This record gives sequence, C-alpha cells and structure tokens, in this order.
Amino acid sequence: FELISDEGYRFDGRKPSELRRVRCNMGVFTQADGSAYIEQGNTKVLAAIYGPHEASNNMRSRVCLDKCFINCEFSQAMFSSAERKKRSRGDRKGKDMSAHIKQTFEAAVRTQLYPRSQIDIYLQVLHSDGSLYCACVNAATLALIDAGIAMKDYVCACSASLTKETSLIDINHVEELAGCAEFSAAIMPKLDQIIYSELNGRIHQDELGQLVDAVTNGCKDIFAVIDRFEVITDNTEIAVSPRSLHS
Amino acid sequence: MSNITIRLPSTRRTQNQYETGNSYLVTPGDVITEDTDYMRGHGTYCTGDADDRLYSSVAGVVERINKLICVRALKSRYTGEVGDIVVGRVKEVQQKRWKIETNSRLDSILQLSSVNLPGGELRRRSATDELNMRSYLNEGDLISAEVQQVNVDGILSLHTRSLRYGKLSQGCLVIVSPSLIKRRKNHIHNLSCGASIILANNGYIWIYTTQHSSQTEEGDGGFIISNESIPIEDREIICRLRNCIKCLAKRSVVLYDTSILYAYEASTSYKVKQLLDDEVCDEIVNKTIYLLQQANVGNNEY
Repeated sequence: FELISDEGYRFDGRKPSELRRVRCNMGVFTQADGSAYIEQGNTKVLAAIYGPHEASNNMRSRVCLDKCFINCEFSQAMFSSAERKKRSRGDRKGKDMSAHIKQTFEAAVRTQLYPRSQIDIYLQVLHSDGSLYCACVNAATLALIDAGIAMKDYVCACSASLTKETSLIDINHVEELAGCAEFSAAIMPKLDQIIYSELNGRIHQDELGQLVDAVTNGCKDIFAVIDRFEVITDNTEIAVSPRSLHS
Repeated sequence: MSNITIRLPSTRRTQNQYETGNSYLVTPGDVITEDTDYMRGHGTYCTGDADDRLYSSVAGVVERINKLICVRALKSRYTGEVGDIVVGRVKEVQQKRWKIETNSRLDSILQLSSVNLPGGELRRRSATDELNMRSYLNEGDLISAEVQQVNVDGILSLHTRSLRYGKLSQGCLVIVSPSLIKRRKNHIHNLSCGASIILANNGYIWIYTTQHSSQTEEGDGGFIISNESIPIEDREIICRLRNCIKCLAKRSVVLYDTSILYAYEASTSYKVKQLLDDEVCDEIVNKTIYLLQQANVGNNEY
C-alpha cells in the first residue's frame, strides 16, 4: 500500500502539500457566547464557548486571582468513527485531547484580562477522519473570536507526516493508520510563533526541520483560508452595517 | 393539523443593502498602528519594549477618540457602569447579600442593606431580616435593579432602592447581546401597543403587561408579586413583541423604544408565529431599518 502513487498523488487524489477542503461557519449556536463549526475534508467539529463567567461550584478550587482558567471538554460522537463506539466522557483520549487544547489556548488567550473567571470550551466531533486535534483547535479559535474574547492572535493548527522523503500535509485517517510518524503543531500565524507541537512516532533528527517547515506552511494556508473565507469579516460587516446608521 | 416547514441547509447570504461606511475592521493579531503616540484602550495590546506596534486582540471595529484607540468587539459580556439598569436572576442567597447572575464576567451582588424593606420602613437590618431573606428573594427569582457601584475586581453592586425596581413577574424575558441596547435616559417604557418593557443594559429585556405597574405605587418595597391571570390579548401582544425583538437582534439592529415600535407596527400584518420564519423576519427588519432611516433624515433636516 503506497501513500504516494508514482505520479505523486496521495490516496485521496491530493498533492502532498495540499490541504483538504475547509468549510466553516460562526455563530451556529445562539445560546453559547461564541460558537463555530468547521469541516476539514470529512473531519467535522463543533465548538461552543461559554465565558468569561463566574467559576461554577465544582471548579471553585481552580480559580486564579490574577487570570482566568480555561476548562476544556472534548467529546466524540458515537457515530463519528467508522465503527460505532460508545465513548465515556472521562476516557483517556478525551482527557488527553482536552488537556492539550487547554494548554494551547492558555498561551493564546489574554487570560490576565479576566481574573477569577472561567472560560469553557466545549468540542464535539461529529465525524472524525484524521487531524482531530487540528480541526478542534481551528474550530475553537473561530468560536473564541465569535465570543469576543481577547486573544493575542489566531491559532491555526495542521498536521503532517513524512514518507519517502516527501512531507504530506493534513493527514486523514487512512494515512494516520499507515504507520508513519505524525507531527501536529499549532501556530499563531501573524506573530509567527509555535505554541504547541506534538510528534507521534519516530523520525530521524535530520528530518525534523523539513517536517516543521511543512507544518508551518500548512498552518499558514489554513489561516489564509479562514481569513479569506471572510467568515469573520462577514460576521463583522453584517453586525456593523445597520448600526452605523443610528448610533 | 399543523403545517410543517422544513428548510434544507444552504448558505444564505443576507443582502447588505446598506453601506458599511468607512469602518475599519480588524481581527486578532492585526497591527492597528505603528505610532507610539496613541494610548491603548480596550481590545488592544502591546507585545513588549522591543516592539512598538499596537495589536488588536478582538475582532471588531477600531474606534479612535483623539489619542485613544480601542477595538469594540461585536459580542461581549456585559461590563457594568454606575447608573445602569440591569435585570438579573438570583443565583445564591448568602449571609447578608444575594448573588445575582447578570451576564457579566463575575456575578453581581445585591446587599441586604440595598433593598427596600416591605412596608417602606427605614431601619437597621436585624438578624430576623437576615433569616427572612429567602422570603424576599429566593433562588431563581428575576429582579430589576440599578448598578450602585463597580468594585475594583469588576463585581457590580446593585440596589433596588426605588419603586421602579424589584422582583419581576408576569412577563417574558428576551436575552440579546448587551452591545445592541442603546444607552438612553430612560430604559423602562410603557409602549403604545399595550405592553411595557425594560431594556436592561446587560442585554436582558423584560416585557410585561402595563396594568401591572399601576399596582406597585404602594410602598410594598417591590417584592410582592400578584398572580392574577392575564387576558389572552395581552399575552399575544407580549409574544409579538418578543418575536419582533428576536428578529431585530438576529440582524443586529440597535434596540430602543422607537425601533421596537416600528418593528411591531411592521409585523401586524402577520400572525405571531409567522414572525419566526426567516423571510418574514428579513422583511420586518428591512422595513424597520427603512423607517429608522427616514426618521433620521427627518431629524437632520431641522
């Protein structure tokens, strides 16, 4: 089983440096302070943000006096994977993912502006087809912007893998199972800083530079798509236009 | 037999018939200016001494007032100011105060000494008063109050020391974003369509029947609520107003008594439940915007 065909195309017809189709929407829930939905190929994730608000009773112990704390809950629907599998809320993978996303956003959100408060990030995976962490981070970024929470910059995440000396961007599920090392990273594109990186599997030290470059380019492409889609500017324009008439 | 309408998912673009003007839109991480002369307001930040540039931290419109630059986000939690009217729900009953949830970053506080005692007496609050706090306001009650003070950490202190404020009943609550409520001199209105409305600054709008307000003229302290039955015509007016406000909020139209009344008048040709449809909602909001523009033009001519 070849990950790249002789003509240079991948299993789903993409070139190695191509992303999957990205579609996103903001403000999908009116009840939450901020919400977003993103599709990266077949991976579909919903994010909802509540906050900043007073810490709930069972989280009182985690309140910090000088900044807010971020609470993240990750959940995968039973129908999201190829096999229908019941996953409990507190299972290992869910807790891992929650902890990683919490770490990522604690670096990006300006937490010192919201002392003693709590920000909740709820993520729900509706269809998982690889690059779960990346889709979740992208969805959560859009939802945080929708909620009006102050952040240093966007957070865009992408995954990459290395095979036959070519790096493949935006891994899907089949490529994940193929056994090559998978590298995911979240960067702040305008400030050009990496705030989270994760490597599953083993690669040679010399290959690391190539992978990091590939992932950074992938993240910048995702940023261009999210910005170019004008999802955020559309939202802003619609909200601003009637208001400028009589304020 | 009811008609069921099912809408298939598709991208619907609302037509922006009105110009956005020269508003300067920014997103988080955008550089607003490289000039060091400006003072940083809300929604902006600087990275450090090496970098002089001013970055935006939220997605919104840049507002520049003389030397102050701030970025106003579209949606945000309520930040209180002294004198604002808020509508909130009692979350907890503590020793000498109530904790009120007001859609802000931290819950607000209503001290026992800041409420009027029944009978209108002026006296020191005793231990009996403390034990009877639950009979005045219990968990889950909705109240209207005014912001007395904003503490250093951002917690609002409320008071209900006027007969206009107190426990709310026999009405409908509509929750919108606080940025849609226009700041005016009066927030409690008796609308000409037959209902009354409280446009609280924290985005909670309370619609109730007008006849109710005449009964709170006595000095009962605002905590006695009457449970008389409201006739169906009044209920319909309240429902219609609620649906109109939801339509206006969906299209981000600023809410104040005139805009709500225009929307109400535009909606009279439809049945109350038709107002929940997207197309009817668009039509009503367009009519309202048109009428508001006409009113603005009329004002500018004088």
